[in-house]
Amino acid sequence: MFKYIIKRILISILILVGVSFVLYALLRCMPTDFVEQKILNLYQAGATTSDEFIQQMYKTYGLDGTIIEGYFKWLGSALHLDFGKSFINQRPVLSEIFDKDRMGTSFFVAAVATVFEFLIAIPLGITAATHQYSLRDYIITILVLVGISLPSFFFGQVLKDIFANKLGWFPVSGMKTAGITYDNAWEAFTDYARHMFIPILTVVILSIGARMRMTRTNMLEVLNSDYIRTARAKGLSENRVIYKHAFRNTMIPLVTSLAGLIPSLFSGAMITETVFDLEGIGKYALNAMTQGDIPVIMTYNMFLAALSVMGILLSDLMYAVVDPRVKLA
Amino acid sequence: MEDDKNLVNETSLEEKEVQVVSEVDKDTPLDKNLKLMSPGRMVMRRFFRSKLSITGLVMLFSLFVFCWLGPVVYQRWGETESDRTGSIAYTEYEAEIDGEKFIQFVETDNGINSLAGPSSEHILGTDEQGMDIFTRLMYGGRLSLMISFLAVFLTSALGIIMGGIAGYYGGIVDNIIMRICDVLMCLPTLPLMLIIGTVLDANGVPSSYYIYLLMGLLSLFSWTGMARLVRGQILFLREQEYMVAAEAMGYSTSRKIFKHLIPNVLPQILVSMTLSLGSMILYESTLSYLNLGVRVPYASWGTMVQIISSRPDILQNNFNVWGPSGICIIIAVLGFNFVGDGLRDALDPKQRR
Repeated sequence: MFKYIIKRILISILILVGVSFVLYALLRCMPTDFVEQKILNLYQAGATTSDEFIQQMYKTYGLDGTIIEGYFKWLGSALHLDFGKSFINQRPVLSEIFDKDRMGTSFFVAAVATVFEFLIAIPLGITAATHQYSLRDYIITILVLVGISLPSFFFGQVLKDIFANKLGWFPVSGMKTAGITYDNAWEAFTDYARHMFIPILTVVILSIGARMRMTRTNMLEVLNSDYIRTARAKGLSENRVIYKHAFRNTMIPLVTSLAGLIPSLFSGAMITETVFDLEGIGKYALNAMTQGDIPVIMTYNMFLAALSVMGILLSDLMYAVVDPRVKLA
Repeated sequence: MEDDKNLVNETSLEEKEVQVVSEVDKDTPLDKNLKLMSPGRMVMRRFFRSKLSITGLVMLFSLFVFCWLGPVVYQRWGETESDRTGSIAYTEYEAEIDGEKFIQFVETDNGINSLAGPSSEHILGTDEQGMDIFTRLMYGGRLSLMISFLAVFLTSALGIIMGGIAGYYGGIVDNIIMRICDVLMCLPTLPLMLIIGTVLDANGVPSSYYIYLLMGLLSLFSWTGMARLVRGQILFLREQEYMVAAEAMGYSTSRKIFKHLIPNVLPQILVSMTLSLGSMILYESTLSYLNLGVRVPYASWGTMVQIISSRPDILQNNFNVWGPSGICIIIAVLGFNFVGDGLRDALDPKQRR
């Protein structure tokens, strides 16, 4: 087990090196004068220091050498946890990305949405499976497929238009009512929750489908297995068969998929955050990417890659923990 | 109880899969009067029995007719043609000069008939540049659908080749390809597209073939899912008895691959391709929404929704500008998902009904 984990971690590091090289090579495909222009555009302090600044940026990012040279320069500084400074506001990239408020907002939205997603999707999946090919199954399947098919930007805007603009139940955008002072913590919380409601609703509806389909498929597979037949033959009640015998085994893939969700908890929902104007990591990264802020792009994507490598490793480990039949080698 | 029902279903199904030849000849033995359904026909039967997959087919078919035949029939406006009939708008100001109150009208000639409501002239009205929305919906659909088809075919072709090589040859080749897969799978799709978009932007790619290049480059990064699927299937099939038999018969490698392996992997490939068509449309429209895909004046469904991100007034007042294209995206994606889902159920022998 221990040996397996060590081996996997080593492989993960190799993968990350590969990912960083691909990213670096891609970013280096931008012509240098374009980068220069971008830096100049983004750096608004004035032209006097800009030349020096550009040279410094070139050096930090190794833009003056070949791709290979530049990459190793980047790698060298990255190993010292020096990811450079954002072109936009000159602050170190690491503190920008791991900004408490930004990360907090994205994490809050993702975590609450994930909880609701599981709470809604699992019961739906189970009823759909136990009533396979019934009207109930059809209705649930159609609804969740519609959910999967919705483009996030469109659906978010529609919800915003209906609930915020037309009905006025929720604030249109942002994270708190402008210029408000709270009397107590409860008020602050309700105001925050009101602002977060539609974004979270959007994320939940969009993501519920995949989870529900997964539950349904697993449940169907389990219901067709021999021990369920045995349980029924013993004369157990249908409820006991489904909720005690079948449900536990249905949970195996669901629990392991939980570990795979780690990246999405911290990566932020780019489109949703932009649509609702939430100051999360997703919106920040999207902004950086459209403006060509190379240090931020590089670091953010490496962060995502590291998270997903970790997610894969953790879900494999979880699999062994949850299901004793699985042996890691 | 429930199991019994399943059992009955299954036996009745077995009977259905055997069809009695219409004119029963009493002299020939019974088994000559029975015709076995081919696996292909059984799949078709199961597919068409599901109402969802038929709904999906109908949705897709009508969209295709709308997008490809629509512009041929409805030629009143072109894709990028602005309605220049114009309209004169008045803005009212209240002015006070020397203590006297005036109401001042300022006349502005718009020059183009923008943001018009639905009328006989423009079935769905016009957008902010005076272009006919109904026409753009059709041209936009052509582009959106065509791009996703191209992207899916490219991605699948790459995936099948790489997965096929990895699965068939195994060993070090397999190892290398799978490690490349691991690396590419850790690159997040949407950020990757944004980066490629920015890079293309920086290199000044003209907007007429920008999106094609973008989706083409994207398929260089997104073949991993298909490759893993094909590889897994081939690894499984390679151990089957009939492959051992093919080996013993001394068949050539190409015959083994194309006659014995590919037909058996095809169902899974088909399902995965159909489902990814839907997600490609979503990606394309998201990119266009972020202004990194198809650019105005060219139309795509995503581009047509994009206007609401910068114009809250259009979001609130002109549903006819951005609503129809959003609905079209949903119909297309939903159609592909329904068909893909139906195909998966029909092709999976374990899920018989």
